[in-house]
Amino acid sequence: MNWKTTATAIGLALLASTSLARADGELNIYNWGNYTSPDVIKKFEAKYNVKVTITDYDSNDTALAKVRQGGTGFDIAVPSQTYVPIWIKEGLVQETDPGKMENFKNVAPEWANPEFDPGRKYSVPWALGTVGVVVNTDAYKGPADSWGIIFNTPDELKGKVNVVPEMNDVIFAAIKYVGGQQCTTDKEVLKKVRDTLVAAKPNWIAMEYNTIEKMGAGDFKATSDWNGSALRQRLANPAIHYNYPKEGFGLWSDNVVVLKEAKNVENAKLFQNFIMDPENAAGLSAFHRYANAIVGSDKYMPADMKDAPEVVIPAADKPHAELQQMCAPEIQDIYTKIWTELQK
Amino acid sequence: MANRFSIKHQPGFTAIAATCFIVLYLPIVVLVIYAFNAATSTSEWGGFSFKWFQSAWQNTQVIDATLRSFQIGAIAAVFATIFATMAALATTRTAPYPGLTFKYAAINQPLMVPEIVTGVALLIFFSRIKIFTGYSGLGYLIAAHTAFCIPFAYLPIRARLENMDLTLERAAADLYATPWRTFRRITLPLLWPGILAGLMLAFVISLDDVVITEFVKSGGQDTLPTYMLGQIRRGITPEINAISTVFLLLSVVIVTLFFFISRKRD
Amino acid sequence: MATAEEVAKAAERRDIRDRWLLSAPALLVIFLAATGPLLIVLVYSFLTPGSYGDVKWQFSPEAWVAVFLERDIFDDTLSVAAAHVTIFLRSIKLSVVTTIATLALGFPTAYFMATRSEKTRDLWLFLITIPFWTNLLIRTFAVLQIIRNEGILNTILLKLGIISSPIQILYTDTAILIGMAYVYLPLMVLPIYASMEKLDFRLVEAGYDLYATRFKVLRKIIFPLVKPGVIAGSILVFIPALGAYVTPSVLGGGKNMMLSNLIELQFGQGRNWPLGSALSIAVMIIVMVALLAYVRNAGKSGVRHG
Repeated sequence: MNWKTTATAIGLALLASTSLARADGELNIYNWGNYTSPDVIKKFEAKYNVKVTITDYDSNDTALAKVRQGGTGFDIAVPSQTYVPIWIKEGLVQETDPGKMENFKNVAPEWANPEFDPGRKYSVPWALGTVGVVVNTDAYKGPADSWGIIFNTPDELKGKVNVVPEMNDVIFAAIKYVGGQQCTTDKEVLKKVRDTLVAAKPNWIAMEYNTIEKMGAGDFKATSDWNGSALRQRLANPAIHYNYPKEGFGLWSDNVVVLKEAKNVENAKLFQNFIMDPENAAGLSAFHRYANAIVGSDKYMPADMKDAPEVVIPAADKPHAELQQMCAPEIQDIYTKIWTELQK
Repeated sequence: MANRFSIKHQPGFTAIAATCFIVLYLPIVVLVIYAFNAATSTSEWGGFSFKWFQSAWQNTQVIDATLRSFQIGAIAAVFATIFATMAALATTRTAPYPGLTFKYAAINQPLMVPEIVTGVALLIFFSRIKIFTGYSGLGYLIAAHTAFCIPFAYLPIRARLENMDLTLERAAADLYATPWRTFRRITLPLLWPGILAGLMLAFVISLDDVVITEFVKSGGQDTLPTYMLGQIRRGITPEINAISTVFLLLSVVIVTLFFFISRKRD
Repeated sequence: MATAEEVAKAAERRDIRDRWLLSAPALLVIFLAATGPLLIVLVYSFLTPGSYGDVKWQFSPEAWVAVFLERDIFDDTLSVAAAHVTIFLRSIKLSVVTTIATLALGFPTAYFMATRSEKTRDLWLFLITIPFWTNLLIRTFAVLQIIRNEGILNTILLKLGIISSPIQILYTDTAILIGMAYVYLPLMVLPIYASMEKLDFRLVEAGYDLYATRFKVLRKIIFPLVKPGVIAGSILVFIPALGAYVTPSVLGGGKNMMLSNLIELQFGQGRNWPLGSALSIAVMIIVMVALLAYVRNAGKSGVRHG
């Protein structure tokens, strides 16, 4: 029965491998999937003799839920700016004071003292981005700098429009389209939002995240999307353009925080400082294709990103940018109801 | 008299089965072909290239994740099948006794709840234990996977067992065989196809789990599905196809080896 | 000196005790890593939602009310939660159709596998599971590749001249069904195979000797004998299909919520864990009742073994 012993041996080996010891000098990063440049990580590992592990998450809520429960083993996480105040308020992050770190001088002034983390006591900017409208100009040649493409679709695009199912982004866009304020409590406005969304949905072909593929393949001809994704689409097909809706578009930033339960606090602090260096920031941007908040990084940015309209917001559109905020729980509740109504 | 009437033949069945097998493998073939895609898309063909295999080889994160998937899957499937076999023996071929329905419901319970709920529940429960004991190894994932794999192994084994009457085992008992001997020499060989079916199913289910793993995992414990989940929002590349192709190949090799070894035993 | 009756009773007790011991490991693992933690969910369903997810430890029946009733967002009228009902029915419908489809395809396939020679049977078993050793997401994307407008299916049909322009299959309910049947096929085939493999074809032969048609033999002899496998397969397809959301999202476009999407929303962007908990328990109870009823009923006419 030789195969039996072999099988047992393999089984024991598998079991044993689950308890292999870790090396010294570690850092455990919890980040969005496909968002961390392997090259920059290698550089960090080499410079400080630290072994970096990256674990992925796919949503702010999952990350928050897990870290709240504790015992995760992560040192660093990268929540979006809407969530950073929650993480701070619930005591999930350490006060590492990036505002006093060596490389902090490189952070762009408009991001150095944000509302969501005054004085930058906890977080360091990782990436910046916007939410806008992407159109394949081969299919539609008219003006596209409006949420009307999504909510009042022109005939050429009917049945070819996608909407990325980020509830907060979509409702923000709809509110702007009907002329309201972010996080409005005005029931009339919200009613209009609900009605606009429900009326617009029949013209949409899908509500999914896989925009790069589908725009490239021609399954979609237009979509709401993040700018980095739009950049990748344009590089694959020059007819695809990214537009900043004049009604108002969302601005977001993902930020690196150190968890209170972090085991490798010193290495985490080194990492926070490391990514504020212009060359490293550019390296990160080159991978995830979004802008960074570090002055001086443009020297090192890859050529196709330096002047890209997706990355550098044109001066004419800047006034319409609005940093997205987390709304009060009662308002979020209404949003969820509208969303369920939309997708039922 | 030449009898060309086959009692096993049912009209159309072979045709349907053949179609099924072809249709089953068609997406796999597509998958493998696109692993060699020179373009960065999983849908537009841009020429032949090995580059995704190269980048996958260098992508330690994804190789790590895939190996972990198989590791957890193998261990969980084996445990689940053993426990399920025992449970099936305990709950089948018997007159109803107190607690039988309860057991049946309890064993199948993991099936009945959406994964997100089990995921959140385990997140809360295991986190307490993690903080209390300080242990955050793969044990939690293996326990969770074993638990939800048990019903998948249990049902095929039970189905098989229900078709086996007890006469052979009774005969063995009459000949003074101990229960263990009866089990090993009579029940087990007869039950084997059911056990194998259960094992295969449990393994496949474990490999595919994304939601529960996403919530239970700790640092550095990504599996292939959770890694892919993270990719969805930022764009999937044929690197995933390359990894899948390699592991498919490995699986086929392992299975063929296993097959030949067990043939030799006969 | 014990009477025969006492001996028999003692043996019966021992048998029951043995059966409890045998099922103990399975029950223990499931209790620790599946059912037990659900008690947490039950408790959560009676609490108040926290401001940003999680819960506040404060009793509230709101979540349970919201499962069945809804308040209109704008005019505050109370009515049956139409959205929940629609979503639930949608998921049930998909599950039922998927189960029927996989049964129709899986039964002949399992039969085919079970009627191969002894030597090759294991091989066919492996062959049918190997495709499923690749990740679900990748397989679903591969199916997508095939049914897209420029995919293989449409290309072949165009080339053969059967159609003149691509059929839009992707993002329709048909696409979802194709994907679901594909994903859940082995869950139907394997239990039926396990049951069928043991089929005594002498019984089948007897049927033919009595001049039964093939169809009658199938209906009256084969089917009843493999019923346990069919039941197991149906359960293994129907229930997980109810909780499916990856395949419907990828192939259906994600415009319409499935049950799992609804529940996931509550634990995610919706930040209403108590509602998510209450919905889950409600679904679980409905499914469990249906399952037990099904098994009781279907098992009644099964073959009795002494």
